[in-house]
Amino acid sequence: MMEAVTVPPFERFYEEQREPVLVQLRRMLGRDAADDAFQETFLRALRAYPSLKHGQHLRAWALAIARNVAIDAYRRERITSADVPDLESVDEPLPYEELRRLTADLPQKERAAVFLRYGYDLSYEDIGAALGSSSEAARQAASSGVRRLRKKELS
Amino acid sequence: MTVSPELDARFRDAAAAEGLLDVAYDLIDTPVGRLFVAVTDRGLCEISYDSEPEREEEKLAKAFGARVLRSPRPTDETRRQLDEYFEGKRHEFELPLDLGLTREFGREVLDQLARVPYGELTTYGALAAKAGRPRAARAVGTVMNRNPVPIVLPCHRVVGSTGSLVGYAGGLDRKRALLELEGAI
Repeated sequence: MMEAVTVPPFERFYEEQREPVLVQLRRMLGRDAADDAFQETFLRALRAYPSLKHGQHLRAWALAIARNVAIDAYRRERITSADVPDLESVDEPLPYEELRRLTADLPQKERAAVFLRYGYDLSYEDIGAALGSSSEAARQAASSGVRRLRKKELS
Repeated sequence: MTVSPELDARFRDAAAAEGLLDVAYDLIDTPVGRLFVAVTDRGLCEISYDSEPEREEEKLAKAFGARVLRSPRPTDETRRQLDEYFEGKRHEFELPLDLGLTREFGREVLDQLARVPYGELTTYGALAAKAGRPRAARAVGTVMNRNPVPIVLPCHRVVGSTGSLVGYAGGLDRKRALLELEGAI
């Protein structure tokens, strides 16, 4: 049995996640817009913090919020820039609920990898960073999760 | 790459301004050393000497909620009144308190403690009597030792029946310094 990880005081969470969040926001939005998105990301995290049930996967959670904030910023400002990633996929409604239901039985790490890859469209590099493993390990976790889902679908 | 001090400070201010914190704290330098000072939206909830912020954060999160963040602005009024106290210009604190870290008997004792005037001394036994438990001098000692807001609630003005200083959570040197500042000894 894994021991439940309690939610840390927000100061600890903030100190641990502020760097990776800023890195991701700058990659997505560029330097100036990232500063505004940084504040918004952690304000959203504060609003949602009381509803956290445990302290696991906080990196993934923080990066997912940052990504949503960045997507909102794109939509609002229609920033055009050479390094803006293709957003076709995220302009579609994200199938969170569907994914949540489908992946409910997967081992935790595979579930997290599948969710971040297909729900949040994160790169394997980001997923690896979020889960504390290499990007290759993240790719393997996601693909073995998907294999498991296919098998389940067939059976 | 690091988060710049400006960006960091902006977020910490905004978090407090939006009313999203269970507890805001800061470290404040005074003549008796660096104090850890924490406030909730109800009032000042903790002052501690020589603290390790991480341990205080855990304690505060358990008592008040996990949204504990270092954010200086909400502690400004406490800082201002402490500065005035140490300059000898303030004899009474006018700060709302949140005694969420203290239970029942402790609160009654702290209520009585709040009435001990600037520059005067009382004893553990006298305070116990005022709190309705004349034989609980030792328990009063424990409450003083765990006083969540020393200086503001003046446990330094409480001494033994023989006049000896007895003890102080921040160390006897500090107790003596505070009493000397107030002209009590």
